[in-house]
Amino acid sequence: MILWLIPILPLVGATINGLFGRRFSNRTVSAIGLLFPGLAMLYTWWIAAQFFPNPGTIIQTYGLPWIKVGSFTVEYGFQLDQLSMLMALIVTGVGFLIHVYSVGYMAHEGGYYRFFSYLNLFMFFMLTLVLANNYLLMFVGWEGVGLASYLLIGFYFLRDSASAAGKKAFIVNRIGDFGFLIALFLIIQHFGTVNFSEVFAKANGMPVETAGAGLLTAIGLLFLLGATGKSAQIPLYVWLPDAMEGPTPVSALIHAATMVTAGVYMISRSNVIFNHAPIALSAVAVIGCATAFFAATIGLVQHDIKRVLAYSTVSQLGYMVMACGVAAYSAGMFHLMTHAFFKALLFLGAGSVIHALGGEQDMRKMGGLRKYIPITFWTMTAATLAISGFPGFAGFFSKDEILTRAYAHGPNGWILWLIGTVTAFLTAFYMFRLWFLTFFGEYRGGAGHDQHAGREEHHGHAPHESPKVMLLPLVILAILSVIGGWVGVSKAWGGSNHFEHYLAPIFEHEAAAPESAAVSPDIELTSAQELKLSLDVTVAALAGIGLAWFFYYKRRDLPEKLAARLHGLYVLIENKYFVDEFYGAAIVKPLILGSTYLLWKGIDVGVIDRTINDSADAARDVSRGFRQMQSGNIRSYAGWVAAGAAAVVVFMIWKGTR
Amino acid sequence: MVPISYYLVLSAILFALGVLGFLIKRNIITIFMSIELMLNAVNLSFVAFAAYWHALSGQVFVFFVMVVAAAEAAVGLAIIIAVFRTRQTLNPDRVNLLKL
Repeated sequence: MILWLIPILPLVGATINGLFGRRFSNRTVSAIGLLFPGLAMLYTWWIAAQFFPNPGTIIQTYGLPWIKVGSFTVEYGFQLDQLSMLMALIVTGVGFLIHVYSVGYMAHEGGYYRFFSYLNLFMFFMLTLVLANNYLLMFVGWEGVGLASYLLIGFYFLRDSASAAGKKAFIVNRIGDFGFLIALFLIIQHFGTVNFSEVFAKANGMPVETAGAGLLTAIGLLFLLGATGKSAQIPLYVWLPDAMEGPTPVSALIHAATMVTAGVYMISRSNVIFNHAPIALSAVAVIGCATAFFAATIGLVQHDIKRVLAYSTVSQLGYMVMACGVAAYSAGMFHLMTHAFFKALLFLGAGSVIHALGGEQDMRKMGGLRKYIPITFWTMTAATLAISGFPGFAGFFSKDEILTRAYAHGPNGWILWLIGTVTAFLTAFYMFRLWFLTFFGEYRGGAGHDQHAGREEHHGHAPHESPKVMLLPLVILAILSVIGGWVGVSKAWGGSNHFEHYLAPIFEHEAAAPESAAVSPDIELTSAQELKLSLDVTVAALAGIGLAWFFYYKRRDLPEKLAARLHGLYVLIENKYFVDEFYGAAIVKPLILGSTYLLWKGIDVGVIDRTINDSADAARDVSRGFRQMQSGNIRSYAGWVAAGAAAVVVFMIWKGTR
Repeated sequence: MVPISYYLVLSAILFALGVLGFLIKRNIITIFMSIELMLNAVNLSFVAFAAYWHALSGQVFVFFVMVVAAAEAAVGLAIIIAVFRTRQTLNPDRVNLLKL
């Protein structure tokens, strides 16, 4: 097994398309753009076929020296274990489907080769991130996906809003990366290595920091900061909704299914550190829980179909982070996987809807589309049911697992459970709001097809179904959204939770670390209790679906009346709690003012430039004085000679007289 | 017997006149003549000291100076003629092509 081949293959595709794609036809570009991720996917399957029959703790590491300073070495090392195998399968699988979809979706766009080059580049970095065997190489992938994300959000770089959104994503992520980087430095300083296995071995030997904060807590909190950036958690989630400026396949691939899960993956990967730092772990849980709820409320009132999905992504990521925070890492990874299926499907379905309407994204101008685009409708239905936690669908099992584990986590776990359940209700409500608004009722779009901002060149008047190349990924993902959860059916529902057993070697500490159990004694739940908890969540989800049906199908006038009644609250939520405005006033503006008046006009112009200019001026003034002597006039030179001679004579006479 | 100081004063006056002429005249021929005047003022003090000290070296030096002055006059006048032919002027201030 040549592990590094998996990330390298997409890089080759990115390079070929990036360097020569301009001269290729669209057909060639898409062939290259599909071939290499496809090869990577097939190779990953081949590896998986060898990996799964031997479910041991085989960790395969291949190293090539990279940095060597004294006793500190870093390798281009890759590692395959249960966790990275899973991530590689998700990334290559979902990634390849989205590549296929893009062939159809981007067919009418300029910069076709650029798009595929960026997508392949993203695959390279993401696979580097998940397959790395040390933190530094992981950081390379971490930064790389940020770069790819920036390039793809700003893909329509002629639009101001798109390039601004790209910059926002990049800068906000940079704040998170700062946390990751400091944590990395702490690890290097205190452990002297960045290899996962060595770091975890050393961290495992350290005592659990129950009494107070220590090194591991610091590392954990800084990692959490990194995760809030990449995985769009409070307080750094603000970039994700704006990232919807990118083409829809990008939203599906990067901002829903894969890249944003990097933070969750990183926390799960570092589970040893977090298990030894209860304070950091609690912070993870609280932030995840708060984000899940907060984003869900915003999602209730958005009108842009992609924005609803963006906030639901933030909310679902909150669930995953919360799962990590209650040390239920496998539940978090489970939700990560099912979410990758149904959220990619939701975005691709939304892309299909947008495609059908020639660029329209406002749900108020949709409606009744199930007659026009039946396949999109049915696949979207599967995804909507999955994300809402409808029993039997993928999202149900993973969400249920997270909430049950949250409830069982210590004495305050029921708070997390309660908020999570309310969030599940909200999720079901806003997803079905989207569903009813888009596919039911009367078509409200009319002929206003040219309002879209130059997205696509469609002028058909009736909405039309997307080409087959776009529908195929939808169907595959729909099947996965339905059956994807069956690998982790919990005991309460009569399953045996294969998924958790599969990941157990990575997270064995959560079960086998007695001292961490002492910190947060997990309540032992009986099957009956678990079943009751699941039923509560299910009832909440069904209530959300029912309410959405009542508001957006049965009594369409009610939402507006309610919005008018609760006007203040509605405006607050519709404007996303004014968080962007708050950040703008509290951070961006002081920063710009400080940079402009203190750093630029004060220090740069006032001190640095002035020093240089003044010394240049002084040199010029002095030489202007000296230049007077060198007139080029022979007689003046002679005069100077004579005067000099006279001075010598006078001096000698004066000397002689003494 | 004329005291040596008379010779020296006369020599100093002649030299000063030469310097003055060199500095204020605009005609290069006159400047040239001023240089000759300075040389001859120096010659005068040389022979005066030679007579005073009864030493020959001063008079020998005068011959050297006269030889150099003759050579200088020959080369210098040739240059002046060459310059005049190209620039149609004898004013050294106008000969300034090499000036920055």
